[in-house]
Amino acid sequence: MDAPLRLIASNPLDQLARTIEALLVVASAPLSVADLAEAADDDAERVEAALGLVRERYAEGRSGIVLEHVAGGWAFRSAREAAAACARLFEKPAQRNLSQAALETLAIVAYLGPCSRPDIARIRGVSADSAVANLVERGLITEAGRDDEAGGAIRYRTTPLFERVFGLESLSQLPRLDDVGASTEQIRERLHEVAEKRTA
Amino acid sequence: MIVRELELDLDAFEGPFDLLLTLVLKDELDLREVDVAGIVLAFVEHLFERDELDLEACGEFLVLISALLELKARGLFPEEAAELAELEPEAAAEELARRLAEYRRMKDAAGWLRERLETEGDRFFRLGPAPLAPKVEVPLAPQQPERLAEVIRLLAKDPPQVSLAHMALRFPPVTQFLERFRAVLRRRARFDFDQEVGELSRVEQAVAFLALLDLRRSGEITIEQSAPFAPIRIARAGEENENPDERTSAWTLRSA
Repeated sequence: MDAPLRLIASNPLDQLARTIEALLVVASAPLSVADLAEAADDDAERVEAALGLVRERYAEGRSGIVLEHVAGGWAFRSAREAAAACARLFEKPAQRNLSQAALETLAIVAYLGPCSRPDIARIRGVSADSAVANLVERGLITEAGRDDEAGGAIRYRTTPLFERVFGLESLSQLPRLDDVGASTEQIRERLHEVAEKRTA
Repeated sequence: MIVRELELDLDAFEGPFDLLLTLVLKDELDLREVDVAGIVLAFVEHLFERDELDLEACGEFLVLISALLELKARGLFPEEAAELAELEPEAAAEELARRLAEYRRMKDAAGWLRERLETEGDRFFRLGPAPLAPKVEVPLAPQQPERLAEVIRLLAKDPPQVSLAHMALRFPPVTQFLERFRAVLRRRARFDFDQEVGELSRVEQAVAFLALLDLRRSGEITIEQSAPFAPIRIARAGEENENPDERTSAWTLRSA
């Protein structure tokens, strides 16, 4: 199994795999199995099987190109070993110099979204306006309707680009953050201490 | 100054202040859309223009604007207001702890995202038309100031005068012809202009004609021409023209 590109023309699945390669190479965003099946004019099951072949061919370490499952679809990316060369040619405007405020805002939108600027401000305790505008400009979050009440604030959610930049298949891949229960207890105790001192 | 008549020009509203208040109180204008700072600015500008401090107006304005601000604040945080008013100190502390814990969680999540950014940062992918990385600025080559000075000195020098000799029209001076005609007239009482200058260039002929006009003006000669384009005859002044009648008839004849 040394030859990474084993092309057997007689295998019809291989033909489909090549079509999928072609589709993925012209796409500028991840393609779902449904997208691929429609474009290749084939059924989803066979596309999945063919994707298995393509994935094997373009596994990390086999080629300069790697197939990855990201943001709910399939996409080619550069191999990690070529990162330095890629960085000399391209910059990454979406994630360059993300501030702490921007990352916290991004986390809130990713975990709680769709949510509005007041929602974010309530959690972070400071205005979220500039952080939100910054993330929208980078294309990491986008508008997603308004709060229900009349004239409600605009809500935001993360974009597929967010999942792609952070290498997530979907938002469900975000880690669970309920392991901070202990710290809630600590905070509560501290607050009680302060309250007792004041009444004393 | 009447505060109620203060003209406003805001994004959400344009018109007098009292109309804005009426609309807000009737719930026809959402106060959340109104830029209260804009109203204050308009009032201050108005005060400035008046150049006198109207205490009564200022007082009225302060009352109105603070009421407006309170309304807006309550509109922006309806639940907040209810929470704060109703919660017992114990419950308030609980609520605060809950919020702090929530913030702590999000801060942790942000930390996770930052780590993720570092571990996943070496994946490059196509994103529509990708912006090219900024070009590295090439430092200047070693400079030679003497050479620069040399070049600037070259630029500072006056350029050589371009000769226009080949294109100049040479006009002989009028005086030359004045003298020439006077000399002719000293010898003869009359002469024919074309005969005298016929061999000269066109420009010289023109200058000669100017000399002729000059002589005529100073009364030294008389000029005759029987018809347009006919030969021009010049006679010394005082010398009667030969046969004026004949000349006249010739003219009449030709023009007829």
